[in-house]
Amino acid sequence: MKKKLLGTLATSLLLACSLPGLAAAEPKEGGRANVVVQPEPPGLMLGILQNAPTQMVAGNIYEGLLRYDEKLNPKPQLATSWTISDDGKTYTFKLQKGVKWHDGKPFTAADVVFTADVFLRKTNPRTRASLAYVDTITAPDDETVVFQLKQPFGPFIRMFEVGTMPIVPKHIYEGTDFQANPANNTPIGTGPFKFAEWVKGSYIKLVKNPDYYEKGKPHLDEIYWHVIPDAAARAVAFETGKVDILPGGSVENFDVPRLAKTKNACITDKGWEFLAPQSWLWFNHRGGLTADVRFRKAVSYAIDRDFAREALWNGMGKVSTGPFADSTAFRDEKVLVNYSYDPAKAKALLKEMGYKGEPVRFTPMPYGETWMRWAEAIKQNLEDVGIKVDMITTDVAGWNKKLGDWDFDLSTTFLYQYGDPALGVSRAYVSSNIAKGSPFNNVGGYSNPEVDKLFADGAVAFPDSARQTIYSAVQKKLSDDAVYAWLIDLKFPTLTHCNVKNLITTGIGVNDGFKDAWIE
Amino acid sequence: MQTLQFLLSRLAKGILVVLAIVVLDFVLIHLAPGDPASVMAGESGATDEAFVQQLRVKFGLDQPFTTQLGLYIWGVVRLDLGFSHRQQMPVLDLVLDRLPATLLLTGAAFVFSLTVGVVMGAWAAAHKGRPLDRIITTVSLVFYATPLFWMALMAVLIFSVWLDWLPAFGLYDVGGNATLGERALDVARHLVLPAVTLGLFFTAVYVRMTRASMIEVARQDFVKTLRAKGLSERVILRRHVLRNAVLPVVTLAGVQAGQMVGGAVMTETVFAWPGIGRLMYEALIQRDYNLLLGVFVVSAAMVVVFNILTDLVYRMVDPRIEVSR
Repeated sequence: MKKKLLGTLATSLLLACSLPGLAAAEPKEGGRANVVVQPEPPGLMLGILQNAPTQMVAGNIYEGLLRYDEKLNPKPQLATSWTISDDGKTYTFKLQKGVKWHDGKPFTAADVVFTADVFLRKTNPRTRASLAYVDTITAPDDETVVFQLKQPFGPFIRMFEVGTMPIVPKHIYEGTDFQANPANNTPIGTGPFKFAEWVKGSYIKLVKNPDYYEKGKPHLDEIYWHVIPDAAARAVAFETGKVDILPGGSVENFDVPRLAKTKNACITDKGWEFLAPQSWLWFNHRGGLTADVRFRKAVSYAIDRDFAREALWNGMGKVSTGPFADSTAFRDEKVLVNYSYDPAKAKALLKEMGYKGEPVRFTPMPYGETWMRWAEAIKQNLEDVGIKVDMITTDVAGWNKKLGDWDFDLSTTFLYQYGDPALGVSRAYVSSNIAKGSPFNNVGGYSNPEVDKLFADGAVAFPDSARQTIYSAVQKKLSDDAVYAWLIDLKFPTLTHCNVKNLITTGIGVNDGFKDAWIE
Repeated sequence: MQTLQFLLSRLAKGILVVLAIVVLDFVLIHLAPGDPASVMAGESGATDEAFVQQLRVKFGLDQPFTTQLGLYIWGVVRLDLGFSHRQQMPVLDLVLDRLPATLLLTGAAFVFSLTVGVVMGAWAAAHKGRPLDRIITTVSLVFYATPLFWMALMAVLIFSVWLDWLPAFGLYDVGGNATLGERALDVARHLVLPAVTLGLFFTAVYVRMTRASMIEVARQDFVKTLRAKGLSERVILRRHVLRNAVLPVVTLAGVQAGQMVGGAVMTETVFAWPGIGRLMYEALIQRDYNLLLGVFVVSAAMVVVFNILTDLVYRMVDPRIEVSR
């Protein structure tokens, strides 16, 4: 009951703070934003590194052609306008005029062509996969870029966000070994803030780009990203006013309601619509109990997701009902099996399959206290219906290895869905993405030619109504098969002091740069 | 002359010890599951087998284990600690970059615990059995028994959150154009909490050891002689008893000095102090083999140096001791 109260409290705070500003106040110029970055990123070259802390800091230095609002509609960034041909195969972008790189060199269409056609094809596996649909990338003049696709590829318009396609400077990288280029330590972008200083282990300093092409922006003079390795110390830093912004996930969930109640604290769960992180329980389809659909269904029924949402996630996020997260395109609730908490059904299924109490190995994702507590709750849920669980705990590197070697029966995880099933959903289900060595591909080893075909067709079907039919069919199939036990469509609340304004303005949230933010 | 000979032989032994540590650590680290390539691939969220393999080849992880070990030792001999692929910097640069912060923290903690410990211990011994002695020994027992991380969190809670006297984390306040003097003062303020927290455990040890040792020495015959000579109690205690009693404390101080260089992980983490303890911990989490080994090599070398220094201090405190060879 007490936990429930906390959850409700967080929700009401959320409502109070996320109300749109009644009278849009005039932004105040100047000042410094103090932000926590956790863990310290390995580097800031966003074209090469795709991990979360790199994206968060470097999203201020680099820019994509587009950004996306919370409904995932494209908005101008480096591109001012764009057209898609009627056959869905030609994408033409008009670029911003008068944009300069941080080193003063002009930004042109050649940079975009180099980035997409040469650089990212080499360095970014996720972007490379989507660029396979592209036939040619050309620059008819300095301000125009044309992507010619081999066939229509619906999600293509969602590819131009800064994390997926950060535009990198051709004049610095052309003809070099990208990974070893010393310029990676002093990143040069077109963004609203420039890289100034990085004292390893202490802080990263970004300063205002005075030549930014959008007049009057950014408002802040500088941003300090503080590296504070201990979660309790990060909470203290916020309480004592040393930092003003705690991006999602930088303090433990159980500290969130307490900090949200402190003076001058605001909390929001916005800014995760584009990434749409969804959590689920991997089943290893390669053999053992988890290869039996009745067992998978029993597990799906046995888990109390509402409890986890209230008690562990402060009542934020949505209970997942299927493989497509709530804000992902083409989600179809109607075709899904209802796997809500039902221990009796779980027990019946186990009885039907003649389960004798053989143990399953549960290797939870060790991403901090919340995830470990959640694993314990799930273990408890499973044991309540009579499933014997051996919990195997390890550190992150060990977990990567175990999942990458397929050495598990059950495991928790979460993956970003990037707004479109072809970008972020299919990768966990199609058999072409089964490969040892990564904890984030089709680790479960689910392999179904029918599903493979549906996902392949869905990616290139045209127009959207055709895609919807296909994706509804695939959701029905995955749900009937209980391929994985979908848990929660997560939201990681961002805590700020209330005088930080306009921090989150898009569906990409704090990863999308602070150009609109100001401090009262 | 004898001292020089002693130094050379100890240095030679020390180098062998460091090399043995390198081999042992190398084997142990490679026994842990996962490698830097899989961690880096895992972090990026999306990846394929080719990408991981590409990283392994680049890091030299595709070569046989013995070859990797051989190459590493050959590097250490040439004072080349390798390259941290994760941080994209030479390991030696990374370690040397962080070493001053650790030396400052541990140095301050060392001086604090030694001074306070010996003074308090001597004080307690002089008041043996009286209330002051009881208070000092009880308080030191509490510090001796309290876990470091709890003490650190409480210190932050009281002195930073409630009283707002001292900063809770970092080496200095960022930003602004501080003059050298202001910066030094700022660093000193930031140093207080972590140094005291780190030093308290050893302070307690020194208090108890100094006290016990002084009481022991005070019972010996030569102290009676001194009294009979008519020396004042104060002079006896300070000049004769303390000096004779301090030897075990020096031994322990040598141990502490060595231990602190590599052992401040907890304190550095809680107080976000940018030292090598944290560097080591993060390298372990990320399986950054080269960096982790680099920190081990440097701290092992420091321990060897501190041990030699301790032996030299022995000779100064008590000239009767022949330096062992």
